Amino acid sequence: MKMNKTAIALIGLGLVAPFVLYPVFLMKVLCFALFACAFNLLLGFVGLLSFGHAAFLGTGGYVTGYLMTNAGLTPELGVVCGTIAAGLLGAVYGKLAVKREGIYFAMVTLALAQLVFFLYLQAPFTGGEDGMQGVPRGNLLGFIDLNDNMNMYYFVFAIFLFGFWVVNRTIHSPFGQILKAIRENEPRAVSLGYNVNDYKWAAFIISAALAGLAGSTKTLVFQLASLTDAHWHMSGEVVLMTLLGGMGTIFGPIVGAASVVAIQNYLSGGELGNYIHIIMGLIFVVCVLAFRNGIVGEVQKLIKRNFS
Amino acid sequence: MATFLGINLFGLFGQLLVGLINGSFYALLSLGLAIIFGLLKIINFAQGAMYMLGAFFAWMALHYMGINYWAALIVVPLAVGFIGVMMERYLLRPIANEDHLYSLLLTFGIALILQGAFTHMFGSSGMSYAIPEELKGGNRLPFMYLPNYRAWIIVASLIVCAGTWYMIEKTKLGAYLRAGTENPSMMQAFGINVPLIVTLTFGFGVGLAGFAGVMAAPVYSVSPDMGSNMLIVVFAIVVIGGMGSIGGAILTGLGMGVVEGLTKYFYPEASTTVIFAVMVIVLLTKPAGLFGKEA
Repeated sequence: MKMNKTAIALIGLGLVAPFVLYPVFLMKVLCFALFACAFNLLLGFVGLLSFGHAAFLGTGGYVTGYLMTNAGLTPELGVVCGTIAAGLLGAVYGKLAVKREGIYFAMVTLALAQLVFFLYLQAPFTGGEDGMQGVPRGNLLGFIDLNDNMNMYYFVFAIFLFGFWVVNRTIHSPFGQILKAIRENEPRAVSLGYNVNDYKWAAFIISAALAGLAGSTKTLVFQLASLTDAHWHMSGEVVLMTLLGGMGTIFGPIVGAASVVAIQNYLSGGELGNYIHIIMGLIFVVCVLAFRNGIVGEVQKLIKRNFS
Repeated sequence: MATFLGINLFGLFGQLLVGLINGSFYALLSLGLAIIFGLLKIINFAQGAMYMLGAFFAWMALHYMGINYWAALIVVPLAVGFIGVMMERYLLRPIANEDHLYSLLLTFGIALILQGAFTHMFGSSGMSYAIPEELKGGNRLPFMYLPNYRAWIIVASLIVCAGTWYMIEKTKLGAYLRAGTENPSMMQAFGINVPLIVTLTFGFGVGLAGFAGVMAAPVYSVSPDMGSNMLIVVFAIVVIGGMGSIGGAILTGLGMGVVEGLTKYFYPEASTTVIFAVMVIVLLTKPAGLFGKEA
C-alpha cells in the first residue's frame, strides 16, 4: 500500500515538475532514471553486475536517430525500433554473458560493450566522433509537435512511467521471485529445477531493451546520438546512479539518477567542471565504504527503525 | 622488398613485433590481475590506473627529480606497489567480508579518481618520454628493422613474467601464496600472517602494473587514459585465458598481442576488435577460458 502512495505522489510530482524546473533538465533526469531502473533490474534483483549497459543505451540512440533522420519515422515508431534493436543486442550479449558469473560477468559485459563502441566508432552511419546531429523530434502520432518542450516532456514522462511499470511488473511477478531466488542462492534455485541461465538471460534482455528505450528517448530529447552514450564511462555512471540511490530498491535508481545528473549539471556550469570524474570517483568510494544501501536504502532503514 | 607468397615480410614482421610488445604489456597486466585474484578473489579495476600511474611517475621522476629511466624502473614499481599496499590495507580490507562486487566498485572509483586527477593536472593530450641513451638505435635483421628499445621491452617483460612464475610455483614464498589461495583460514591456523601476505600480494600485483607503466612510457604517449583503454582489452584477455593459472595469464597475454598484430597486418579495420571477437569464440566453445579451472 505504501508503495502505491509513493508512486502516486511521484506521478503527481512528475506532472507538475515542468512548471517549476527546466523541462530539458527533467527530461535528462527521466531518461537516466529509466536507464538506471533498467540496470537495477539486473544488479539489484538478479545480482548481476553489468559493466556494459552503455552499449544498449547507445544502440537505442543510434537506431532511433538513424531511422528518424533517414526513414522519416514518427517518434513513437523510432523509439520502438530503437528499443527492439537494443533488446536484440541484449539477447546476443546476454546469451554470452550469462555463461560466466560474478566478476567474470562484469568483465565480459564490459568487453562486449567495448566491441560495440569500436564498431560505432568506425561505422559510417554513426558520424564517428561527431555523432549523429540534428535528429528531428518529429510529430507524435503524426500530429503532436514534439519540438515544443512541454509536449516532449510529457511524452518522455509517459515513456518513463511505462518503463518503470515494466520493471515493477517484472520484479513482482512469479518470474521476478525466481530472479530473487537466484540472487539469494543460485545453487538452490538450480536444485529446485530452474534453468537459472535462461532466467538470467530473460532478465538481461528486458534490462537491455529498457536501457535502449532510455537511449532512444534521450536521442529525441537532445536531437543527438553520440559515442558518449556508448562509452564505458556511461556504463560506470549508471552503476554509480544505482549504487548512490540504493541498489535493489524500487525508487533508488530514480533518486540516484536525479542526484548524479544534478551534480553533473551543477559542476559543468562552474569552475569545478574539471573535477567531475574525481568527484564521481569519490562518491563511488564513499558509497562503497560507508553507504552501501544508498540513499533510499538508508532512508528505508531509518523509517523501519523509528516508525515500525 | 622481401616478399613471400605476396606477403610483404617487412610489414608483417613489423606488425608482429608491435603485437609482441603489446602482448608483453598485456601479459604483465593480466599477470598482476591473476595474482591478486588468486588470493583476494577480487578484480582490480584500478590496475589500468596503476599502469598509468607508473608511466606518469617515471615522467615526473625524470622531469622533477632527475631520476633516470633505469632508476625509475626500480623505484617507480615500488612506489606504485606502496600505493597498492595502502589501498588494500585502508580501503579494501574494511570491506573484505562484503560481497566482492563492492571491492570491484571501490577499485573502479579509485581508477576514476586517479584518471580524473591526472587529466586535471596534465591535460588529456599526453606527453612523451625519451628512450634512454643506452637503448637508442636498432639493428637491421634480414627480414626487419629491430629497434633496441622494443627488443628490450620484450626481453625485460619476459624475464619479469618468468621470474614471477618461478617465485610463485617454485619457492617457499610462492607456496605460502598458493596455500593461501587454497585455504586461507587453514594457513592462518599454521601461524602464518595471512593478512600481511594478502596486502603484500596486492602490492606486488599492482607493482607489476607500475613496472609495465615505466616500460610503456617511452613507446606510448604518457596520457591519463592510457590505462583504461589498455585495461578493457586486458579484461577480455583474462576472460579468454581464465584466471586459473599464472602461466596461462602470461601466455594468453603474449598470444593475444600477436593475434592483434597479425590482424593489424591482414585486416587493419578489425585490429581494435579482434581480441573481443576471440573472447566471444572462447565463451562459446570453452566458457571457463583456455586455462580456466572453474566450471
